[in-house]
Amino acid sequence: MVPVSAGLVHTSDYPGNYPGYDDTWDMQKFQKNFRIDIVHLDESTMEFDMVGIDAAIANAFRRILLAEVPTMAIEKVFIYNNTSIVQDEVLAHRLGLVPIKADPRLFEYRSTGEASAEEEGSEIDTIQLQLKIKCSRNPRATKDSADPRELYLNHMVYSRDIKWVPIGNQADVFADSVIAPVHDDILIAQLRPGQELDVIMHCVKGIGQDHAKFSPVATASYRLLPDITLLEPVEGERAERLKRCFSRGVIDIQDVAGKKVAKVVDSRLDTCSREFLRHDDLKNAVKLARFRDHFIFTVESTGILPPDVLVTEAIKVLMVKCQRFLSELDSTDLE
Amino acid sequence: MAGEGEKKPVLEMVQADGADEGCVTFVLHNEDHTLGNSLRYMIMKTADVDFCGYTITHPSESKINFRIQTRGSIPATEPLRSGLNELSDVCQHVLNTFQARVNEFKERQEEPME
Repeated sequence: MVPVSAGLVHTSDYPGNYPGYDDTWDMQKFQKNFRIDIVHLDESTMEFDMVGIDAAIANAFRRILLAEVPTMAIEKVFIYNNTSIVQDEVLAHRLGLVPIKADPRLFEYRSTGEASAEEEGSEIDTIQLQLKIKCSRNPRATKDSADPRELYLNHMVYSRDIKWVPIGNQADVFADSVIAPVHDDILIAQLRPGQELDVIMHCVKGIGQDHAKFSPVATASYRLLPDITLLEPVEGERAERLKRCFSRGVIDIQDVAGKKVAKVVDSRLDTCSREFLRHDDLKNAVKLARFRDHFIFTVESTGILPPDVLVTEAIKVLMVKCQRFLSELDSTDLE
Repeated sequence: MAGEGEKKPVLEMVQADGADEGCVTFVLHNEDHTLGNSLRYMIMKTADVDFCGYTITHPSESKINFRIQTRGSIPATEPLRSGLNELSDVCQHVLNTFQARVNEFKERQEEPME
């Protein structure tokens, strides 16, 4: 692991930078030093470490997770009746942001306006959803109640009211998995008696670069592992103050020959607040840096795909990009 | 490059007159820092590359100018091709390692339940 002080971002490990040291790309060396450690994994969040890779490639994975892994989201909203207080375009915008639990790998992109621009879309690239709800007065409510939950029926439109309308052979293909929003308690609109919503929605496949509603992650981020080294032994009362300068669990006070000595136990827990620099007697005792090639990734999925599937799809997207340019190079060479 | 009416360019080569084959600016369409920076890193690690850099000409246009200058008379398409191949191999290795570790983690999680 190569430690570097905060501030240096660009690589210095290209061949010729350090005399007498060959930094040319060596796949064997990379494969020997590279490792991935999974720290936490469940259906919605994942934390894992990627060690031995450069920031350029780690950042490429992060950017792809945010913007280039495709998902299905509501794109076209056909409003047949909207007498609610929510305007048509606001309603359509809110519907687009509802995450739809449909595996995007089973669908194709909709071809952009080739022959017929107003084509309804086929079963291979579109999911049709319907939202049809009408608010009415509750006949069984007591005379003097003021609670809208008692007075009205269907006055809150939730995402659980969105129903899937299978087109073509989708009913057979998706027989065991129901296509619906990921969460069924997203409030879309509020109604009062007499108001109704009658809306047909088409979901298409898209990427986050086009519109943020297509992004499959709540967020995906990484941080670098901090490197905390004590340059001199810190004892007694100074050790107690040093312990308070860092996040809890980073520094431990140990009993060595009757004296209390500070020791760095787990630098991973630190948030690098650099509080120790504010104390004149402690600022020269610690060196704070980061390991430049140790990335702690946190991937939070919106629920459409599990986070480990998202990371594998992101890596595949980068591979596809490379292959596309390779085949482009080959085709121009042949001419 | 022969193109049909509708075909959009994906990769173009721009060469200054009088310069040899080793100094070429490639224009990659529909790309940004995601591929640009990672490809630049892989090509910088290649031997015999004097200069390698990329620019996003204007943030409203999604294309990058990718410049490679090689030492000697090596055509610039060679380090580009080897950089793309190596980046693809790195991705493959990362993918294999990641999937193996995820399966290991899931198996370890199921053990206490058995």
